Amino acid sequence: MVAVSKDEIYKVLQEVTDPEIPVISVVELGIIRDVRIEENEHVVVYITPTYSGCPAMDVIPVLIRQAVIDAGYPDVTVHSTLSPAWTTDWITAEGRKKLKEFGIAPPDLQKSHSPAHVECPQCGSDETELISFFGSTPCKAAYRCKACLEPFDYFKCH
Amino acid sequence: MRIDNRYLLHLADNNLILGQRLGEWCGHGPVLEQDIALTNIALDLIGQSRLLYQYAAEVQGGTHEDILAFLRVEHEYRNVLLVEHPNRNFADTVVRQYFYDVFNYLNYDALRQCTDEQLRAIAEKALKEVTYHRRWSSEWLIRLGDGTPESHVKVQAAVNHLWEYTGELFSPADFEIECHQTYHTPDVSTLQSAWRKHVKQTLDNATLQIPSDDVWMQSGGKSGRHSEHMGFLLTELQYMQRTYPAMQW
Repeated sequence: MVAVSKDEIYKVLQEVTDPEIPVISVVELGIIRDVRIEENEHVVVYITPTYSGCPAMDVIPVLIRQAVIDAGYPDVTVHSTLSPAWTTDWITAEGRKKLKEFGIAPPDLQKSHSPAHVECPQCGSDETELISFFGSTPCKAAYRCKACLEPFDYFKCH
Repeated sequence: MRIDNRYLLHLADNNLILGQRLGEWCGHGPVLEQDIALTNIALDLIGQSRLLYQYAAEVQGGTHEDILAFLRVEHEYRNVLLVEHPNRNFADTVVRQYFYDVFNYLNYDALRQCTDEQLRAIAEKALKEVTYHRRWSSEWLIRLGDGTPESHVKVQAAVNHLWEYTGELFSPADFEIECHQTYHTPDVSTLQSAWRKHVKQTLDNATLQIPSDDVWMQSGGKSGRHSEHMGFLLTELQYMQRTYPAMQW
């Protein structure tokens, strides 16, 4: 039996995707705070919630546990830690790219709550306007593109 | 000594009860985007209350977040009267939300300085969410106040009507005073001037009149004496847990 390594667990987590945004992994979303290998190959994954009431946060620990077990490490615990609070700055560059390809404008890097320009993920125009701060999930706002006239989701800064 | 559970339940109950009220709008919002906004805010508030109930259950021992949220009786809830107030029309809902959001923001902001690590972490997280809530309700207050003659009249009536429920926010209960002394949780009486300043500014922008401070203020929620609306709200809120005890989604 091969000894379990932290890198190995990260590879497994890279395959676990957000249930609401199935193109982005929990690693790319920046919610994995740490992975520890304790005595007797006991794997502990530390995660942090995105939004307090996000329904995905009840599902994600189950998905993580199952993925680690399926990869051959049956002794796994998922811990949720609140501090430091999750921020959209922790979404990786790869994660931002995948969000955009999926049709969700990635969060403003300046952390502005009302960014001046949100680029349309469909046509690339920055002639866009806010429809509502609250979108289809807690993490998104609804926008509309004035160039291609399509509505789209914007992953808002947090 | 661990933190007084009554304080944790008070914070949790405020958010749960307002979340339940906002949830009543689900499918009834004036337009789709605002229906979604109201229920998004409800989701945040209920999420925050869950973190607080989980912590309260841990402090108390031998209980569970669902038992605390759904199986207490009316006089055991410690939420302020403002949050249990019925939705009535959209203007009443917006004003209730705005009054509470401004308070909630200041309270969480001050709670970040307390000496209880878990409460600090919850406050830090919740503050980010409440920032969006306060912006939403401020903007709607201005839009309705500075909107049509009808919306102006309705929103001014809501401000006047709900004003008497705002005093309780800043009048500390015994458990709040104790927690403030032991854990440096907010002294709510000191938040009132910042709250009033924000409210005055927004009402000015909305072309609305701020009511006089010299009015009778309702109180009782923090000590479990609730309005006649609370029982009806709890009947709906508690239905599933009372009908199917210990059920889980």
